[in-house]
Amino acid sequence: MPAKASRAAFGEALLELAAKDDRIVTLDADLSKSTMTAAFARAYPGRAFNLGIAESNMVGLGAGLALTGKIPFVCSFACFVVGRFETIRISVAYTNANVKIVGTHAGIAIGEDGYSQMGLEDIACMRALPNVPVVQPADELETRQAIAWAVEHEGPVYLRLTRQNLEPVCPVGYRFRFGGWLVLRPGTDVTLIGTGGTVFNCLEAAKLLAAEGVSAEVIDAACIKPLDEESLLASAGKTGHVVTAEDHSIAGGLGGAVAEALGEALPTPMRRLGVQGFGESGDAKGLYAKHGLDPAGIAGSVRKFLNR
Amino acid sequence: MADARLETIARECRVQIIRMLTHAGSGHPGGSLSVIDVLTALFFGRLRHDPRRPDWPDRDRVVLSKGHAVPALYAVMAKTGYFPESRLVTLRKLGSPLQGHPDRTALPGIEAATGSLGQGLSISLGLALGLRLRQAPARVYCILGDGEIQEGQVWEAAMAAPKLGGPAHGLDNLTVVLDYNKIQLDNFVAKILDLEPVLAKWQAFGWSVLEIDGHDFEQINKALDQAEATVGPVIVVAHTVKGRGVSFMENDPEWHGKAPKPAEAIRAIRDILGVPEAEWSGHLARHPETKALADELAALGAK
Ligand SMILES: Cc1ncc(C[n+]2csc(CCOP(=O)(O)OP(=O)(O)O)c2C)c(N)n1
Repeated sequence: MPAKASRAAFGEALLELAAKDDRIVTLDADLSKSTMTAAFARAYPGRAFNLGIAESNMVGLGAGLALTGKIPFVCSFACFVVGRFETIRISVAYTNANVKIVGTHAGIAIGEDGYSQMGLEDIACMRALPNVPVVQPADELETRQAIAWAVEHEGPVYLRLTRQNLEPVCPVGYRFRFGGWLVLRPGTDVTLIGTGGTVFNCLEAAKLLAAEGVSAEVIDAACIKPLDEESLLASAGKTGHVVTAEDHSIAGGLGGAVAEALGEALPTPMRRLGVQGFGESGDAKGLYAKHGLDPAGIAGSVRKFLNR
Repeated sequence: MADARLETIARECRVQIIRMLTHAGSGHPGGSLSVIDVLTALFFGRLRHDPRRPDWPDRDRVVLSKGHAVPALYAVMAKTGYFPESRLVTLRKLGSPLQGHPDRTALPGIEAATGSLGQGLSISLGLALGLRLRQAPARVYCILGDGEIQEGQVWEAAMAAPKLGGPAHGLDNLTVVLDYNKIQLDNFVAKILDLEPVLAKWQAFGWSVLEIDGHDFEQINKALDQAEATVGPVIVVAHTVKGRGVSFMENDPEWHGKAPKPAEAIRAIRDILGVPEAEWSGHLARHPETKALADELAALGAK
C-alpha cells in the first residue's frame, strides 16, 4: 500500500460503509474538501449536511440526529471541532449521543498553515470526557478498520486524523481491537510508544537504535483512551524504560495518559516527546525535527534517556 | 378566554415547583414559573407521547433548552406519569434522577442534556431533521430563554433551520417557544444586552414568527395549532412574567436562582392558590392535602 493520509482513508472507508449502512450521515462546516467527506456528499447528497462555518451548531445538530437513530460523522479540523468543547461536553457526551467526532489536521505536521489550524490540545480535552474513546489510527489499513469499528460502537467517539500521508505500518491481516495496542517490533531495552503520525517515526528510530545495539520495542497506540494497560505494563515491565512520541501538546495527550497509568500501576522511568509551546508555520519535516519527533530526534532522546 | 382545566393543572404544577425547590434548598423559581403554562399546554393535550414508553420512536420531543427551569418540566412529567409525584422532593439530592439540570441518561423522558445555555436549538434541529428524514409524524418543541438567545450558537442554529432538509425534508415539524420574561440572571435583559427588535431578528433569519401572551392558554394553543399548520420552522415569542403566580417573586431578578425558605414557600403557595391571608387557616381546615403540604414545608423550617 502506498502512503496515504488517514483523512483520505477515512473518506474512502466512509463511502464503502455508507453503502451498507444508511444510518451513516456526515456533517461538515465548510471543510468537506479537507475532511475528505466530499466524495460521500457527492454519492449521498441527501445524507451529507454542510452547515456552514458554524461548528457549535454542527456538533449539537449531530447529537439531535444521533438521537433519532442516525450515525453522524461530525467533521472539521481537530482544533475547530474540539474547540467547541462545551457543546461536545453537554450535547454529545453528557447526553450520550451516538456521534462520531472526526478531527482532521492533527498536529504540527500540517506545517505551513501554522498554529491556528493545528489540533494540538484535542486529545487532552477529549480524554477528559468520561464516555468518549479517543482513537488515532497510524495508517490506511488501521484507519479503515477504526472507522468500521466506530460505526458499530454505540456511543460517542473521537477520531483523530492526519492531513499528511502516513506510511503503512500495520501488518497485512491486522484487525483493529478497541482498547488494544499493537506491538510492531519487539525489543528489550526501551518501550517506544507512538500514535498516528509518529508511529512510523518510532519504527525508523528503532532501526537507528538497533544499529547502536539498543533494542527498542515499538508500539502503535491507536487507542489513546482507553489505553491498553495490559500491553503497556507487559512491555514496561520487560524494558524498564518508556518513551512516548506524539504530534500533540506535551501536556495531557498520549504521554500524559501513559504516565498516569504507569504512575499508579508500575512506576517506570519515562520520557514524553511531543510539542512544546505553540506550533508555528514551516515545512512538516522541519517542524518534526525542531520538536524532536523525527526518527533522529526520537532516537536521540532515547539515547540520552538510557545513558542518563 | 380561560381554559379551566389547564389553569388548574398549571396551578398545581406551580405548587409542586415551589415544593420541590424548597426541599432542594436551591434552584430557579423565576424561570420555572414563567414557563410552566407553556409546558402545561404541551404536556396536557398537545404532545403525542406515552409516559410509559418514553423511548417510543415516533413520540413528540420537548427540549427544554433553558435547562435551569427543569423543575417545571419535572412537575408536568410527574403529573403525566413519567414517574411518581412523590419523587419530586428528591430534586437535586444525591442519587436522584431529578438532576439540577436535565440529564437524559438519568431520567427517561428527558430528550437531551441541557443547562449549558445556547445548545438546545441545535439539538432540536438534529432531532427534527432526523425525524423528517424518516417521515416520522413526530414534532419537536424547543423552549429557549430570552437571556439564553444571547448565545452565539443559537444564531448559528437560527440561520440553519429554515434552510435545512431542502423542499422534501424542510423542518415543518419544529416549533420553538421563546419564554420572553424580560429577565436573565444578573438583571433585566434590556439592561444587560437588549434583544429588541427580537421578532424582526428571527424574521430576518427566515422564520415564521408568532407573538402571544405566554400565560393565556387560548393564545398558546392557537399559536401551537398555527405552528403545526405552517411550512418551515416557527418561533412563538411568548411574553411571560418571571416568577408568575407568586406576587413577591414576579418580575424580580432576585428570584432567578434562589429557593424560597419554608415560610416563604408557604406564602408562595397561598399566593398561587389565590387565598387571602385572613382566610388561610380556614382554607387549610377545608383542604387537608394543602394542610399536609404546609405542614411538610413548615417541618423543613423547623429542622
Ligand atoms: C453557557 C451558560 N452560561 C451561563 C449560565 C448561567 N445561567 C444560568 S440561568 C442564566 C440566565 C438565563 O436567563 P434566561 O435565558 O432569560 O432564563 P430565564 O429568565 O427564563 O430563567 C445564566 C446566565 C449557564 N447556565 N450556561
